[in-house]
Amino acid sequence: MSQQAAPAVGTPPAPGSGQRDGRTARRPPALRLLARPEVGVFLGAVAVLVFFLVAAPSVRQGSSMATILYQSSTIGIMALPVALLMIGGEFDLSAGVAVITSALTASMLSYQLTLNVWAGVIVALVVSLGVGAFNGWMLVKTGLPSFLVTLGTFLILQGVNLAVTKLVTGNVATDDISNMDGFDQAKALFASSFDVGGVQVKITVVWWLVFAAIATWVLLRTKYGNWVFAVGGNKDSARAVGVPVAFTKITLFMLVGFGAWFVGMHQLFSFNTVQSGEGVGQELIYIAAAVIGGCLLTGGYGSAVGPVFGAFMFGMVNQGIVYAGWNPDWFKAFLGVMLLGAVLINLWVQRTATRR
Amino acid sequence: MTTNAAGRPGTHGAILEDTPPDGEGPVVELRGAGKSYGNIRALHGVDLAVHSGRVTCVLGDNGAGKSTLIKIISGLHQHSEGEFLVDGAPVRFSTPREALDKGIAAVYQDLATVPLMPVWRNFFLGSEMTKGPWPVRRLDIARMKRTADEELRNMGIVLDDLEQPIGTLSGGQRQCVAIARAVHFGARVLILDEPTAALGVKQSGVVLKYIAAARDRGLGVIFITHNPHHAYMVGDHFSVLRLGTLELSADRSEVSLEELTNHMAGGAELAALKHELAQVRGVDVDGLPEERDLTATTTTAPTAPAAPAESATSAAPVLPAPEGK
Repeated sequence: MSQQAAPAVGTPPAPGSGQRDGRTARRPPALRLLARPEVGVFLGAVAVLVFFLVAAPSVRQGSSMATILYQSSTIGIMALPVALLMIGGEFDLSAGVAVITSALTASMLSYQLTLNVWAGVIVALVVSLGVGAFNGWMLVKTGLPSFLVTLGTFLILQGVNLAVTKLVTGNVATDDISNMDGFDQAKALFASSFDVGGVQVKITVVWWLVFAAIATWVLLRTKYGNWVFAVGGNKDSARAVGVPVAFTKITLFMLVGFGAWFVGMHQLFSFNTVQSGEGVGQELIYIAAAVIGGCLLTGGYGSAVGPVFGAFMFGMVNQGIVYAGWNPDWFKAFLGVMLLGAVLINLWVQRTATRR
Repeated sequence: MTTNAAGRPGTHGAILEDTPPDGEGPVVELRGAGKSYGNIRALHGVDLAVHSGRVTCVLGDNGAGKSTLIKIISGLHQHSEGEFLVDGAPVRFSTPREALDKGIAAVYQDLATVPLMPVWRNFFLGSEMTKGPWPVRRLDIARMKRTADEELRNMGIVLDDLEQPIGTLSGGQRQCVAIARAVHFGARVLILDEPTAALGVKQSGVVLKYIAAARDRGLGVIFITHNPHHAYMVGDHFSVLRLGTLELSADRSEVSLEELTNHMAGGAELAALKHELAQVRGVDVDGLPEERDLTATTTTAPTAPAAPAESATSAAPVLPAPEGK
């Protein structure tokens, strides 16, 4: 390279590495911590936890906590890829029904063809990844907003779930597959429980935390994570500096597909049958958990840890209302207030902490 | 003027040093190049030569064909007439990546960075350094931060905290990071698309300083602007485009700032612009006479870099450059 040959550094004096600019004083550590996307939601989760620990004494029992964590994990496992996708600048309205699509595929395929359930599980994975890839591919090829593309997929899947299930089983639910080959193995992987000090904890809680750890590492420590932030933050800049934008977006949608498959398998192997009309509305819960978790709806900002606390808040409120003995009809209203509150607190914390 | 104060006397010495042609062939050359979109001829018969260590300014009003010109050189579009040579060999790029591989990097004003990402992540975006075997291959954060800091310091940019989102930097600093990034990734020719258009006087000065720094590091710079003042502060060669054709192509020694401005404005708009220029000049009172003095010296002694006595101190460090090449 020509500039390597005795560069004439005449104009700017190259400052020594010890020299500082001095104009940008480092903010105090507390403020810098508050500026992290997951800190606001962490404080919120602690507040909700303390609130219910006080208001509902039965929450203090280990088994109640295990139930709350289980509830949180089923939301949390999906909230993770949804959050990554959101950081990547898109969202997926088909995530809720895609869970059911995956479960239905595995269930009906194994039952109707009398296969080992693992065959159904694998095919369901392929179908789920395929739905994700289709969403991503449509988005990248057409340039349409993800709202429209995935709204289309959402409606298609919702209709297909019902129609195909009725066509195949003559019913709105699939047949019980609990006595089929491989069921117990698959149940052990997706829907078993284990004992911790006399409390039964669902395995999904472990998976949830493992996935969260992997997602955090990928997001902050790998090339791919860098690309996710970049395509969400500024797609055109990212493309201009050589980030494979199409690849990143499509794989993010496929990750959501993977999450849908995992949660779908969990539902199938814990309840043995699948109701084909379920899942509608869940996608908004996932998106809400990601937003409460500090992910920016417009992309480019967020974390994988935040949605963990976001999902925990959901599970906590959901079960806490029951434990507190309140009328569960109020659940959604409570959630709505919590969502708005969390978003406002996040906004305020970030404004305060990132102010120059 | 603030720009000159920020640019330090070194800027002048550097310009003089680079003014004499160094005998090498141009890195990028256009010969009678043109581009038609259907029946619209956006660009016709343009000659342009970009040499290492020289700033080639492309000026023109809106719609003059500046954007088309850069798009051809940066590989976004293909020329439909004439020749486009890199290192003397004809080329035809189909993607910006091909241009990048040849060492031609474009820094667009709005396409430069991802605002919410930290400075160091922006610096290496798309070309991240990694370590470790595949399943656990991860970013080499320490090395990237160190390298980014070094490169920025080499360009004279000192940032206290590379973790701060690049969006919190000023427009000029962001532009400078983008320039430093292009330089680090082996750019030989830097295309700057109106880097000073949205900036204030002081910020423009900072960017102009880094243009000079990039030039001093041996890069060929194509500086697109419609501000003749900015162009004249760092330019070695000026090409003025008007309605898709070259109206003027002159070395610094052959043209004065006033002539350049006249060419920029042309005919009917001239009177109005002169009025405007007088106002701009009012701001520039300290700087502009110096520029004219400089032109005079260059014309009389085009091959003697050390000739101007007033910049003797700064000329000294830049003198070894031609010998090193």
